[in-house]
Order: sequence, then structure tokens, then C-alpha cells
Amino acid sequence: MSTDTVETIRTTVPVGAQYAPGSLLDWSEALVPGDIVLDERVAPNAPWSAVVRAGDVLTIVDVGGNQSADCLMFNAHDTSERYSVPDTLTWQGNAYVREGTVLRSGLGRPLMTVVGNEIDRQDTIGGACSKESNTLRYGHHTAYQHGCRENFLAEASRHGLTSRDLVSNLNWFMNVPVEADGALGIVDGLSAPGRRVAIRADMDVLVIVSNCPQMNNPCNEFNPTPLRMIVTRNEDTVR
Amino acid sequence: MVGARDTASVLAARADARAQGSNVSDWMPYLPAASSPFAPEGVDPSALVWAETVAPGGYTHKVVARGTRLRLEDVTGDACAHVLVFNALEPWERLNVADTQKIPWQAYLGAGHPLLSGEGRVLATVVADTSAHHDAFCGTSSDEWNVVKYGDAAPQGPSPSGRALLTLAGVKHGLTPRDLPPSVSFFQGVRVEDDGALAWQGSAGPGTYVDLVAEMPLIVLVANVPHPLDPRTDYVVGPLRVHAWRGDPSGPADEHYSASPERERAYLNTTDYLEARGL
Ligand SMILES: [Zn+2]
Repeated sequence: MSTDTVETIRTTVPVGAQYAPGSLLDWSEALVPGDIVLDERVAPNAPWSAVVRAGDVLTIVDVGGNQSADCLMFNAHDTSERYSVPDTLTWQGNAYVREGTVLRSGLGRPLMTVVGNEIDRQDTIGGACSKESNTLRYGHHTAYQHGCRENFLAEASRHGLTSRDLVSNLNWFMNVPVEADGALGIVDGLSAPGRRVAIRADMDVLVIVSNCPQMNNPCNEFNPTPLRMIVTRNEDTVR
Repeated sequence: MVGARDTASVLAARADARAQGSNVSDWMPYLPAASSPFAPEGVDPSALVWAETVAPGGYTHKVVARGTRLRLEDVTGDACAHVLVFNALEPWERLNVADTQKIPWQAYLGAGHPLLSGEGRVLATVVADTSAHHDAFCGTSSDEWNVVKYGDAAPQGPSPSGRALLTLAGVKHGLTPRDLPPSVSFFQGVRVEDDGALAWQGSAGPGTYVDLVAEMPLIVLVANVPHPLDPRTDYVVGPLRVHAWRGDPSGPADEHYSASPERERAYLNTTDYLEARGL
């Protein structure tokens, strides 16, 4: 999970996306202050997961700027209840995620709420990249490149979850406009190094994140960078 | 704009994506399979159903029909194909390495060797082998093993474990980690010495291949990672080439079918099972 890991071995595994040396990084700090109960760095391209307790706030820092953090959420005590894009959008009557957006499950219940947001809008339409969809979007030569679905599946398997448990997800710091004629796609991002989003858990939530390793579109500015995940707790907000 | 690339609008981003469509890679599937630039000699390309070069540290998977002939080729001498096969109709029937060694009275995989399930049936048969450097003892690498050996085991990291890759391959067919039995591996040999020591043989060099015949519809999972006993401290594995083409399952006319009484009964069991299913 640490970006400080030094690679000491030589490997013949083809290099995935790597962030450009000298990239401006801003590690920032928690958007909602409180006692820090977790503070972890997610390496470029890597998955991450944690259970965020009800009332705790997860700050995600876009350390290098315009780095998509693909995100899935589950009720930590019954993972058949999970994040639902349509419930989230329908309930708020808007296609974009912003401060105040309640991230709902397929049962319509709040999983988490966006309590802080430093970019114009967040995406939950664009879904996750995968090795398989890469072959559709860019050609078969990309079949062995990395994808978020691999990260999701690998991290989900650590929690007993499988492909049946993956649903449409949320992409922090990614930009997917829907234009007037219906054109939709991933375009240059609206974020910058150190920008943050803060989401409060409304129940105990298992959060799974893929730090997107895509090499073929601007969801990470073609330069995958680290993320910082900070969970803070305020006793008066703990449920 | 990101550098020289214009991805600022949806139309520009679409044009940027589509401009990549004709690129090629050293590791990729070839579609349709008949278009493979590496079609095996003597095989009618129109019979190909699967053609792919698996990346070092990569994996692949496919459901293949009964009778399919599957060729795995070690292009550089550094590939290591960790293989699991399942009955595609009832995937809880799967490779049983112990029976695969015990029933034929033979520990070392080679031409004619059946890959047996735990149900007394043959899932696949090794029908050709120019390598003779294989292993059915050591299984594949686990996360714990690779973390100790290389410092990392993540499936998309610099040194993925075979178990992590087979887990991902299996997930794509509804299989979970508990569905993964011990696997066999091709192209990096291991021999058991008199005192029981597992002795690393390495490969037979570049360009060898192994052919398997599917004796029933199979889910095939393949991870291409270093053999766990590979003595090199670096993570060294070469590309693995995969071709499959339409063919026939083993039958009484094949020498290996009746090479031993146990095997003949295993093929009879398999045919009995398939005929009752209408296959
Ligand atoms: Zn992605």
C-alpha cells in the first residue's frame, strides 16, 4: 500500500502505468478534522479497502491531481446491500455527485454522505475500466494492461466477494460530462494536486477503492499518482 | 489537453481513443483466432478457436469444447504455465493432482498422461510434449510465498502470485478461491531426489510446446508466472503462447487410451458420463 516501497527485484512483467518522476504531489490532510483512526497511502495502480465506522469521515486526497479513485461501497454487515448509482442519482435528481450527495444502496438507504468536496463535480456514471472493456475501447493490444475491475476483484476476494458483487461504481476526481446531444465520455479532469473529498459513513461501510491504472484515457491524466486515505472520528458524530 | 493529447471534449477524447485501435502488443489475443500471426504449423487456421500470447505475469482463461486441442508454447524458455481444468458442465469436478499422479503410477507429466478429476474421469490428456520439463508437486506460487521471495504478490504488481492470478481467472467463471485445487505447471521441471528433495530442473529451452486434448467441455485457467522453486531472485518469466483448434477427444484408436488398465477405465467413465448427458 505504501508508495515508499522500493522495488528491489528485476521483473519481466510488463510495466503498467507509472507516474512521471517529478510529478507535483500534495499529500494534504483530513478535510474534516477529528481523531485520526486510519491514515494510509495508496500506491499508483493499487487497490485499497477498509471498513469505515458509522459516523466516521473518510477523506480521499487526490495527491497528484486528476487521479480517478474508483470506489465501491457495501453495508459492512450484509454485503448484499451495496452502492447503487440509480438510487443515488434518482433520489437527488441530478447526474453528478457534489457536496451533500447521499450515496445510497440498492435498498434506497444512505451508505455515506458527501460532507466535503473541493472539485466542481464527481462522477458516478463512467463506471470502472477493465482489461476486457479496454479491448473494446482501445483494441486487443491492451488486453494485458491493468484495469480497475482487476483491482476490485482482487480486493473484493479478500472480503469473500466475487464478480457477482461488483456493481456500477463511483469515480472520485474523474470527469464524465453528459453533453447536450447525449455525448458522454471521460475527458480532462477538474481536480488538482491536494484536492479532497470527504464522505461520512451513515452505517458501517466496507469501502473498496481502485487507484485507476488506466493508460489510455485522461481519467488519471495519463499519469497515475498516489491517493491518501484518512479516516477521522469526532465523538459527537459517532453513532 | 494532456501533453500533446487532446482529450478536453468528449469528441476529442473519442478520437484519441479510436486512434489507438490498430496498435499491436507483444502480448495480446488475436481475433479472430484464424488471424493469429503464430498459427501452429500443420494446423488449418480456420480450425483455430483460441490464439493468444500471454504476458509475463499474466493469465488467461477460456471455456473450450470437448475434443479441443490446446497448445501451450514456451517461446523463450522462461514461460511457466500453471494450469487448472474444470468440467465446464459441473465445475465442482476439477483437476485432482493426486489422482493424476497416482492412477497412472507416474509422477512426471509427459505425452500420454491424463489429467484426472476426483470423479474417476479424464478432464484432459497430454497428447504431445517436446519439453518434458514439468511439475505436479509444487503447485503455483501463493501470495505469502511471493511476498517473502519478491516483496510483492499483487496480481497487477511487479511479481504477481500464481494463486492471485488463478483467483481472478476463476472469478470470471463464477469460481471462488475455495474452488481452486492444486494446479500443475508446464515448462519448468522439478524432480524428486532419493532423499525426497525437490530438485529444480529449469526449462528445456525456447520453443517447446505441450498439447492437451479436452476430453469434456472444460474451463481452462492458465497463469504464467515463475515456478515457485525458480532459484532466480529476480521475477523472471517469459511470454506464453496459446493456440487451440477443433479436434477429437481421445478414443480407443489412440495409444494412450489403453496405455494402462486404469487409464482405459478412466476414459470409459468419461465417455459413460458424457453419453448419458447426450454429448
Ligand atoms: Zn480504471
